[in-house]
Amino acid sequence: METKTIPHAEAATKFLANPARVQWHDETLWFVRYKRDKIVNEIPEWEQLRNLASQIKEHTLSQLDQYLEQFEAAAQANGVIVHWAADAADHNRIVHSILQQHNARKIVKSKSMLTEECHLNPYLEAQGIEVVDTDLGERIVQLNKEMPSHIVLPAIHIKKEEVGEIFHQHLGTEKGASDPLYLALAAREHLRQKFLAADIAITGVNFAVAETGAIVVCTNEGNADLGAHLAKVHIACMGIEKLIPRTEHLSVFLRMLARNATGQNITAYSSHFRKPAPGQEMHIVIVDNGRTTQLGREAFRNSLKCIRCGACLNTCPVYRRSGGHSYHNATAGPIGAILAPNLDMRKNADLPFASTLCGSCTDVCPVKIDIHNQLYQWRQVLTQEGYVPAAKTASMKAMASVLSSPARYSFAGKWARKFLRWFPSLALNKRLNPWAKQRDLPTPPKESFREWYQKNGGNQ
Amino acid sequence: MRVALFIPCYVDQFYPQVGIATLKLLQHLGLDVHFPMQQTCCGQPMANGGFEHLTHSCNANFIKAFDGYDYIVSPSGSCVLHVKDHLHDPKQEDKATQVRQRVFELCEFLTDIVQVQSLQARFPKRVAVHQGCHGQRGLQLAASTETVTPRFSKPLQLLKMVEGIELVNLDRPDECCGFGGTFCVTEEAVSAAMGLSRVADYTKHEAQVVTGTDVSCLMHQEGLIKRRKLPVQVMHIAEVLAAGL
Ligand code: SF4
Repeated sequence: METKTIPHAEAATKFLANPARVQWHDETLWFVRYKRDKIVNEIPEWEQLRNLASQIKEHTLSQLDQYLEQFEAAAQANGVIVHWAADAADHNRIVHSILQQHNARKIVKSKSMLTEECHLNPYLEAQGIEVVDTDLGERIVQLNKEMPSHIVLPAIHIKKEEVGEIFHQHLGTEKGASDPLYLALAAREHLRQKFLAADIAITGVNFAVAETGAIVVCTNEGNADLGAHLAKVHIACMGIEKLIPRTEHLSVFLRMLARNATGQNITAYSSHFRKPAPGQEMHIVIVDNGRTTQLGREAFRNSLKCIRCGACLNTCPVYRRSGGHSYHNATAGPIGAILAPNLDMRKNADLPFASTLCGSCTDVCPVKIDIHNQLYQWRQVLTQEGYVPAAKTASMKAMASVLSSPARYSFAGKWARKFLRWFPSLALNKRLNPWAKQRDLPTPPKESFREWYQKNGGNQ
Repeated sequence: MRVALFIPCYVDQFYPQVGIATLKLLQHLGLDVHFPMQQTCCGQPMANGGFEHLTHSCNANFIKAFDGYDYIVSPSGSCVLHVKDHLHDPKQEDKATQVRQRVFELCEFLTDIVQVQSLQARFPKRVAVHQGCHGQRGLQLAASTETVTPRFSKPLQLLKMVEGIELVNLDRPDECCGFGGTFCVTEEAVSAAMGLSRVADYTKHEAQVVTGTDVSCLMHQEGLIKRRKLPVQVMHIAEVLAAGL
């Protein structure tokens, strides 16, 4: 599975090679943000809800160990089998062992970013097991042998004409078809067969309620329900951060999730699973995979409040113009950029720098994660830990030396506005200087402000 | 009230006219304004690049330059935000705290401290406003469109006092322009694409001038505009507010 990681800037440059496509991608996502703005503005107490949601999550994280144990006990009392996975490998092994116990070969899976994070599909496929993603967008990317490019809208980077081609190849639809209804009906027919034939259903989890042991799964297609109700065995996979203390807290989160994600009042299905139906079996796999490490990093702890609404991706001007795959991580965008370095600093050292720190993500986040501050903090950590190029360190040191001394600064500035060379390396050569590729340089004035001020004495 | 003018390094070197306009505007309002020659840079380029640990001597120099003034005023939301959020000096933390508390971006200084009610400026043009993200979201110079809070904008409040000005409504009022410090070179392709979308919003609405609270954002957009020879003039808000003085 491990492929060479292409740095964000390089992948983004490739993505941007097709400006018309980028404009379409940007406008499609901006439209989602626009719908989101419209619907949240219908709720005068929106900011109050954000505060509440943030506080509930912060409280839960502050005593996560107790809530996890409470949840486990309640789930077990409901007849659910609970498993604990320390990391991705553990998670995949546990899921596989459940499949083996039931001799299962055909699996349907509704959307779960956790199983993407753990690379469950390739793991199971290598064992000869068929895993079918039943979320329409996920099925499209799966057939196209790609990763989701967005946590809520997995196929947002694919145009409907391309979906037509993918379906033509894999599902035998008419060549050249691009009518969304026709394609959706074809997918429905195809998935119906898979649902009926499945031995086991895997779902993700949006919320896990500690007091009742219940889990809540939000979908727009009802595919989690259909899978879990038809199959004999339901396996729900969740990260430890999905907990909320009580059922009543859903009244905050369910009001916010779909509104902030896609501009809908609520997801079409909010399915509550509490206990297995008679004759069925229900498993919950609770996964750490680096989350306790993140919990231990004070500056980054509250990234675990995330409810995966995807709004920070939609609003991010960098994400919209670089595409989800440029983040080379299961979770893309601003939230991905603060979660990924926790999993692998070396591989993901570029991500916190793939931002202008504009702060739109922080303002759009329903649980008030200070995303752009964490990007800034990750930059400091990654630099201190030695994950930035040596040349950058050298130039930053030179810059610091000049900028900390008025004499050196004036000298450098005056000296033919050599400033050009160190901030932000604005030399005039287009090939050597990325600034000048698409931008003109400012015309250096005859005198600096301080030179003018010295002459004019500030007497206007 | 002694006011110190903090002119960010790149403004000092490349856009002296912005410093001059700021000084003129403040003096016109009857303020006692000084420019401490000791100042260089706030250290933001290093800090945002992940090298906050290299900014200690910059910080010490900044404190030395601005110690003792009642207010420190700057025509850059971004640099002011950096100082407010990150200026520390373990050897003289009291002074660092004082500096952090006394530093103001030009617009907020005018609306909140000086509380100007009218300006003498005249600027009869169609103007688009780019409220830099660090100023808008970081310093809260204006409510951002993501939040459900009462709408306000300190830069717009001031611009509305300018005679003859026609303010343009943009499709995306607070989309980032893509400058982002070192981002503008390390992520050149994305940075330019973001800037071009921003500029397209101005031209679509036939703005003659784009103005903003941050020279850095404007410098980036001006670079794109000039390369394409587009008919949009770029000016800092201080130049608009001081127009005709
Ligand atoms: S970080 Fe916030 S905005 Fe982004 S996906 Fe998570 S909850 Fe949504």
